[in-house]
Amino acid sequence: MHTPSRLAAAIVMAAVLAGCASASSTSSTSTSTSATASPASAASAAAFPATVKAANGTVTISAEPKRIVSLSPTSTEDLYAVGAGGQVVAVDQDSNYPAGVPKTSLSGLTPNIEAIAKYNPDLVITYQNVGGLVSGLTKLGVPVLVEPAATTLDGAYAEIEQIGQATGHAAQADSVVAGMKRQIAADVASAGTGHKGLTYYFEVSANPYYSVTSTTFIGQVIDLFGLKDIADAANKAADGGYPQLSEEYIVAARPQIIFLADNQPSDGGQTPAIVAKRPGWQLIPAVKDGEVIALNDDIASRWGPRLPQLVAEIAQAVKRLPKP
Amino acid sequence: MTRPALAYAAAAIFLIAAAGVSALVGAADLNPLATIAAMLDKIPFVRLPSSLSPIDRAVLFQIRLPRIVLGILVGGLLSVAGAGYQGVFRNPLVDSGMLGSSAGAGLGATVAVVYLGGIGPSAVPIAAFVGSLAGVAVAALAGAVGTARGPVGNGTATLLLAGVAVGMFLTAAQTYILQRSTQVLQQVYAWLLGSLSGASWQQVTEILPYAVISVLIILAHGRHIDVLSVGDDEARALGMNPALVRGIVVAACALAAASAVAVSGLIGFVGIVVPHVVRRLAGTSYRLVLPLSLLTGAGFLVLADTVARTVLSPAELPIGVVTALAGSPAFVWILRATRAVGT
Repeated sequence: MHTPSRLAAAIVMAAVLAGCASASSTSSTSTSTSATASPASAASAAAFPATVKAANGTVTISAEPKRIVSLSPTSTEDLYAVGAGGQVVAVDQDSNYPAGVPKTSLSGLTPNIEAIAKYNPDLVITYQNVGGLVSGLTKLGVPVLVEPAATTLDGAYAEIEQIGQATGHAAQADSVVAGMKRQIAADVASAGTGHKGLTYYFEVSANPYYSVTSTTFIGQVIDLFGLKDIADAANKAADGGYPQLSEEYIVAARPQIIFLADNQPSDGGQTPAIVAKRPGWQLIPAVKDGEVIALNDDIASRWGPRLPQLVAEIAQAVKRLPKP
Repeated sequence: MTRPALAYAAAAIFLIAAAGVSALVGAADLNPLATIAAMLDKIPFVRLPSSLSPIDRAVLFQIRLPRIVLGILVGGLLSVAGAGYQGVFRNPLVDSGMLGSSAGAGLGATVAVVYLGGIGPSAVPIAAFVGSLAGVAVAALAGAVGTARGPVGNGTATLLLAGVAVGMFLTAAQTYILQRSTQVLQQVYAWLLGSLSGASWQQVTEILPYAVISVLIILAHGRHIDVLSVGDDEARALGMNPALVRGIVVAACALAAASAVAVSGLIGFVGIVVPHVVRRLAGTSYRLVLPLSLLTGAGFLVLADTVARTVLSPAELPIGVVTALAGSPAFVWILRATRAVGT
């Protein structure tokens, strides 16, 4: 009972991937994606039946879905971004964006098929197939799209396109993806190239200190700027890309930027001020130079349409840095 | 040397060696000679130049050394508490997390993360400390109620069973809260796995008073626990109040375990195994088992933490994995090798 290590480790990882984040962090600035739910009638009937290739294979959706249940915070954002918000009847307990989504007590981590069926859905979108979710819902005649944590940027774009096709908003999805690509490219270009090789530490959680390697999705996003991840030295130890780093290594590696993805109270409440007070951390260049960046935890742990905002946050941090 | 003196010397050497090795290795790859020089330089009237850079010094004195000292405290507290419990309950399967102690701490930490997140990270250790003590208090209360109504003479078994029941109840409450707030799963589980990774001198000074008081009380009762081992009636005949002794020792052990848990989370295995190892190697008198458990447990945990933070360096292993993976086979081997010594 004392150390349910395996199980716990698995759950920790699942929680990381699920975008475990706060319910209160919607304070971010402008967003490129429209949060307003447009009526579904715009979708052309010719788009159905639609066949969509998701992580659980080819899924056929016979008619335009009008009662969608989303068990994934990222997929919820995707749905509203492509204009399918009006077709959504229920979202899981962790979906908190955009404002006004029909939040319920449903869970994507431990889904309850009966509770989902109660909403009489004609399409369910989730990020993992646990507890016989897909086979159970398929028996009920409900198509399921599994849209797991993206491992690449292209994977994230593909999920948005799949959700667009499945809901009759393929064209909007294409333009959302094109807009994201344009904005990300612009922000990366605006930061210039003088900062390449600067080192960073990305904090998923403190005590113990979990980080990400550059092979992870978030690591690849930061890699767009050519920054060097201090956690890469621990790559072998964590095949999943989320190593637990020892504190003395973090301090000795002297990262020039620190990204905090655990600054919301429900994520650990680690603010730049708290980081500066950690014993021994005052000598880290990032702390000395005020380059400890509190990211929007939600955006940093998801792979949805608000990704350009994260890239913009990183671009700003990079631009402030002295060139090496 | 007499056998006790030999045992003390062995335990002390083990602890010093463990701390020494731990001070010299780590993910930061500090130069060992420079590290030794920098540490000796801290001794009054010793002046030694060391080639450690300021950041290396920060790593050594602000991160590595407090972690070692905290490991000594936590390992010692868990082991001496486990030994104390095993003594007063005359039960070899009891450990420092019994009687609702671990479950109460887990519930406290979960409540702090879920509902007191706004107060900041400092809420978790305090809530774990309070939860741990409250868990034991509730278990003791439930045990007392059970004993009052039950057949005479099985008070210790009733108290242990009450502890199991209270522990299950508190764990269920914790699971319920977690299930309703899945976004904090990662934080809570990281805590439940146990870790010394956030060690600081501040944590050391925060638990030191509780550690000293509880350890002194437990060590002072070694003779009483020896008397208890012959049975409550016999102890009474010798002029002792078994219930009073048991109450004092349980309270002190609860305080020791709560102090450890507050700064390290739940680290299993140490509290049950170390006293057994000591008993196998040094005899069964608690006047010896208690202080030797303190020393050996401290050394064992420091060693386990050293492995946890170096074997995958710069990545870390959860310390609970190391204590169980390395400790279990060693324990079985010692059980086998020392079968002849009675318990």
